[in-house]
Amino acid sequence: MATTLRTRRESRQAAPGGRAKTKSSYPYWFYLPAAVVYTVLFVVPTLTSFYFSLTRWTLFDMEFIGLENFVEFFEEPALVTGLKNTLIYGVVTSGLKVVLGLLLAVLLTSQVIARGYLRSVVFFPVLVSTIGVGFTFTALMDPEVGLINESLALIGIDGPSWLTDPSIALLSVALVDVWKGVGLATVIYIAGIVSIPREYFEAAQVDGASAFKRFRHVILPLARPATTTVIILSLIGGLRSFDLIWAMTRGGPGFTSDVIASVIYKQYQAGFYGLSTAGNVVLFVLVTAIIIPLWRFLNRKGVDL
Amino acid sequence: MWSATAAARSRISAAAMLVASLALAGCGGSSSGEAGEVTLEFLVDNQPTTVAIAEGLAADYHKQHPKVTIEVETRPQGGDGDNVVKTRLATGEMADVFLYNTGSLLQALNPEETLVPVEEPVVGRLDDSFTQTVTAGDQVYGAPIGFAMGGGVLYNEAVYDELKLDVPKTWDEFMANNAKVKAAGTAAPVAQTYRETWTAQLFLLGDYHNVQKAEPNFAQDYTAGDTGFGTSEAADDGFEHLQEVHSAGYLNKDFASSDYNDGIRMIAKGEAAHYPMLTDAIMEVAASYPKDLDDLGFFALPGDDADSAGLTVWTSSGLYIPTTTEDEELEAAEDFRSFVASKAGCASQARATTPGGPFMVEGCELPDDVPGAVKDLESYFDQEGATTPALEFLSPIKGPALEHICVEVGSGIRSAQDGAALYDEDVEKQAQQLGLEGW
Repeated sequence: MATTLRTRRESRQAAPGGRAKTKSSYPYWFYLPAAVVYTVLFVVPTLTSFYFSLTRWTLFDMEFIGLENFVEFFEEPALVTGLKNTLIYGVVTSGLKVVLGLLLAVLLTSQVIARGYLRSVVFFPVLVSTIGVGFTFTALMDPEVGLINESLALIGIDGPSWLTDPSIALLSVALVDVWKGVGLATVIYIAGIVSIPREYFEAAQVDGASAFKRFRHVILPLARPATTTVIILSLIGGLRSFDLIWAMTRGGPGFTSDVIASVIYKQYQAGFYGLSTAGNVVLFVLVTAIIIPLWRFLNRKGVDL
Repeated sequence: MWSATAAARSRISAAAMLVASLALAGCGGSSSGEAGEVTLEFLVDNQPTTVAIAEGLAADYHKQHPKVTIEVETRPQGGDGDNVVKTRLATGEMADVFLYNTGSLLQALNPEETLVPVEEPVVGRLDDSFTQTVTAGDQVYGAPIGFAMGGGVLYNEAVYDELKLDVPKTWDEFMANNAKVKAAGTAAPVAQTYRETWTAQLFLLGDYHNVQKAEPNFAQDYTAGDTGFGTSEAADDGFEHLQEVHSAGYLNKDFASSDYNDGIRMIAKGEAAHYPMLTDAIMEVAASYPKDLDDLGFFALPGDDADSAGLTVWTSSGLYIPTTTEDEELEAAEDFRSFVASKAGCASQARATTPGGPFMVEGCELPDDVPGAVKDLESYFDQEGATTPALEFLSPIKGPALEHICVEVGSGIRSAQDGAALYDEDVEKQAQQLGLEGW
């Protein structure tokens, strides 16, 4: 009796193990191509960049100088502005994408006319090249002959110098970033809202909840996974943002819209390779230091719910 | 069993694919066609006049040497172009011949290891003021292409005639002229075009003749780290001037969003009275606004002292051959370079575009019908001691952030004093990267 029991238990235990074995019937070398690509293109450069950040190198030779690059990088006057601007840019773009993305998603999951068409319109800017968007908006935002200020002039408003006024240049670029990126946030939210079971809405309706209350107490909490994704994605995107800023202001006027990535690029351009490598290591650490705790925090909330 | 063979088979095919892709990657690079025919790649910056000169030279050389075809390839100007050149040199992908700056930017390419020196008799034909900007060690690495330039102020003679102004010899006279232009209200006194940041540096870099007159050892002391823009009385003036024209309200209204082409238009059409610029802008005016070319004049950037007034000079660009060019390509490239630095080459360049300044090859004269602004420029070259090479040709150090600092000072974001101090810090990094003594 005991033996049969034991064998039965053993066989039951063996079963999942056996299934696991058949699951991994792919030979390990199937992983090889991916591993090679990942190692060559990501792991090796990352590790070598840690080393090169400790040297002063040109394309022809190098000299080991310890942590001097990091000291110099943190003494860089443009860095303080760069750091501040990076955070402003990341938070502003990410925040606006969450708010606008959610509102647009609510609109586009309701029974609005031409819903499919509107959804594609909202998503369309995501597909356009960032550099193209940057150049287009640079022309539109020209203070003298740009379409935006000419339109404002028609209704009697004297538009600001969007990209050349040091106090608003960064925000102007951030707005364009939001215009370009909000489509992706919207799509993620649409997926999140559509996956909320209908029963919740019906139950809320039976209880006499108003449209706002349904939004506040059903959509908002149950779309939290979507919010997490949008925040993480857009914050990472915002913190390491470079292409749009470079296309529109090149960090200018002067250094007033420089972000860390453009500071690093300028250093690279100037031939300060070691210094710019150190800058990249700093950016890597900064993004990691912000994103990992944030991700944990947002996900823990998700589990609590 | 079957799976093992299948695995082995796919392992083999994967290996085969890898080999095939490596073999494919190995192909490419410049190839020479049949029997003695050579094709040279010629990399130049994408400024229209440079491209016109390069294509003219390529066509004229091909006429003389039908077996050699030269394909002109363009790259961006400024910092992005520097990246292209440095990266292609370092990876061994450089074109067979290429055009690049002389002076400090050339030194950053490490010419002794990456470039093929210019041999006699070509060296003997070159102007000394040019050869000293392309020398590393005891070898000369480049031949001149294009024209020498001056850095100073382009002015609109029509505006000057109308307001009965005289060409200023000192900074105070210049500012007095500006005040009169402003009072008249028809044109902006000074055009500035900060959307293209490099254009902001002229008040500073073009002032070097005056700096050197006041402090003859400035360049050596500067390279040694003993003086700087924040500490030297004379050098500091450039930043001060930038600040003065802005705070006096002399700039065109859209100075922050205008670009170089706007500046060319403003000075040609008389929308602005002055445009501090390099004289190769004269060629741009000739190309875009030929009817207005006669209204264009030029004077060197005035300093404190009328007696020592003179011009800060930029030598022409250099033509270089990388060490990766070999065999018959190398032979053809060297012959092409010799052609460019000859009378025939000068004639070809003068045909391709309106000459914007003197040639740097001995025996090459400018045609008589050059525009008035070029004659103004030539008059400085004709006077003894009235020209000084720009600082970037006398010292290897030029801080990369200068243009942005100039934009800040010139648009009132940062004070002149602050800007000078910030630039000295920038320069320090450059000196360290170059491994100079004393920094």
